[in-house]
Amino acid sequence: MKLDLILRVMTKFILPYILVFALYVQFHGDFGPGGGFQAGVIAACMIILYGLIFGLPAAQAIVPQGLVEFLIPLGVLIYAGTGVVGMLLGGNYLEYTYLAHEPSHGHHLGILFVELGVLITVASTMVAFFFAFAGRKRT
Amino acid sequence: MSAAPGFELGHHLPALQVVVPLIGAVICAMLRNGTLAWGWALIVSVLTAAISTMLFVAVQAGGTISYGLGGWAPPYGIEYRVDLLSAFILLIVSWAGAIIMVYARQSVMHEIDAGKRAWYYCMYLLCLTGLLGIAITGDAFNAFVFMEVSSLSMYTLIAMGKNRRALLSSYQYLIMGTIGATFYVIGVGILFTLTGSLNFVDIAERLVTMQMERPAIAAITFLTVGISLKLALFPLHSWLPNAYAYAPSVTTSFLAGTATKVAIYLLMRIFFSTFGEAKVFEILPTTTILVLLSVSAMIGASLVAVFQDDVKRVLAYSSVAQVGYITLGIALANDLGLTSALVHIFNHALMKTALFLAVGAVFLRIGSVRLHDLDGIGPKMPVTMAAFALAGFALIGTPGTAGFVSKYYLAAAVIDKGWWGLVFVIAASSLIAVFYVGRLLEAIWFRAPGALAQKASDPPLSMLLPIVGLSLAVIWFGVDTRLTVDVAHNIATMLLGGVK
Repeated sequence: MKLDLILRVMTKFILPYILVFALYVQFHGDFGPGGGFQAGVIAACMIILYGLIFGLPAAQAIVPQGLVEFLIPLGVLIYAGTGVVGMLLGGNYLEYTYLAHEPSHGHHLGILFVELGVLITVASTMVAFFFAFAGRKRT
Repeated sequence: MSAAPGFELGHHLPALQVVVPLIGAVICAMLRNGTLAWGWALIVSVLTAAISTMLFVAVQAGGTISYGLGGWAPPYGIEYRVDLLSAFILLIVSWAGAIIMVYARQSVMHEIDAGKRAWYYCMYLLCLTGLLGIAITGDAFNAFVFMEVSSLSMYTLIAMGKNRRALLSSYQYLIMGTIGATFYVIGVGILFTLTGSLNFVDIAERLVTMQMERPAIAAITFLTVGISLKLALFPLHSWLPNAYAYAPSVTTSFLAGTATKVAIYLLMRIFFSTFGEAKVFEILPTTTILVLLSVSAMIGASLVAVFQDDVKRVLAYSSVAQVGYITLGIALANDLGLTSALVHIFNHALMKTALFLAVGAVFLRIGSVRLHDLDGIGPKMPVTMAAFALAGFALIGTPGTAGFVSKYYLAAAVIDKGWWGLVFVIAASSLIAVFYVGRLLEAIWFRAPGALAQKASDPPLSMLLPIVGLSLAVIWFGVDTRLTVDVAHNIATMLLGGVK
């Protein structure tokens, strides 16, 4: 890909917009189609596109394998942890009512954290898939 | 539906039953170090078992517990519903999980690469989460989600086997398991279209007023076939022998003790507390079909087991046969039949886990489970093999062991129905069990030791304790049937009296 100037330049140009779009989909999930899963896939696309154009080592320099493997469980932990916090504050598991002073704020906050957990796990799982397949030696 | 602010442990037990192993699993994945992850997984699985025990005691004292997840009242939200049946299954699964975890460290060190051990424990706990989730949830779709959680992690657990064929058998299981899950979810979809509800209790209430028309019959067919794939009912068992044979020893023990049992639980839940036995057994030819398949399993799979030369495969085919006993009990749909099915779920989990753990200890010492490599290994690993023999006797149904209790009740149930022919089938199946267990015991105890068996010795204490403990429990529950038969009888009464 070294010679393909257009791809290299355009990729660098487009990467931040992919991330912004991912975050838009993430935060717009409260009001319309979107949410953590879709946003996670879009965010992972950024790393995957970078890896396709600049090679696996370049992508792994940004997101090392170890970090990816740490982020996958972290997202689930945030999700499950939000539920536990709700439980400790007096509600049932995953009940957001008591997370803030007002139930509606609590629900807003709760879904925000849960979706953040989904985003992290989905994005890092997608990247892990890409790393696993791209890293295979030819046999 | 929200509880008063403030944390109260007793109130949250149903949620914790699933949340504790789930959070435990993700922390396991973060720990990276195999030994550390094992220590953590042991704490988590013992805690999970303690929670299930507390739930069991609470349900026995105060009746069914309902927990609305997220504070949403059932049937609108997901309900965790612990009745005696759920509590009984939770007890079996979580204790099997904890006991096998004590054993796991040495075996996993031997069979799993260092870099993958923490992931292995993570998958183990996730699988436990899924299985417990199926048993505790009162929501048909949530049960599907947990089914996928447990199955996907189980495929991984199998694929980690040292033998390369583990990958293929895991793939086989994946294909069959996915078809099973798809059928299940199609059935749930039809039920949802019919009744507009996903909550088992709510569905049951709405079905009462409905005629059993085509869609309902289609739903029950899809659900039955889907779950039958998961529980390895006779013609749908083809994934099981390979999965058992090539998986790591710990996985095999866990799979044999829990996974098929939970699928059987789900079948009971659908048959008896969702549709009700009147609809399932009187309108449809369920009895005939289930009895025929169960009998084929009891005779056919037992016969196949006699001719295997891999000990794990012998036990795997025997598992298919033993599932036949349980489904026969369900097919009878009377009080004694259900009692025997439930008792056998418990007893079979006990003895199969003991047997597979003992075989795992052999694999640790000599690196093989082929029958001729085990020649004369008995005197070299006396404690392990004595435990193996005890559990083996229970598998045959020798009086004084747990296996006898369940077979006794099954025979009584069959006689109660007046189907005398089936008594002979049960006897014949037990006779074949004498052959395949006897063949193993003869080789293990009475032959001259081979080159491999010469250097064998009993495994480390952490592996020996679970094996011995379980095989003594096999005797204990053969004599003291308060936990098994009395509880099973209460559950049977509940299931048969529930939906009319």
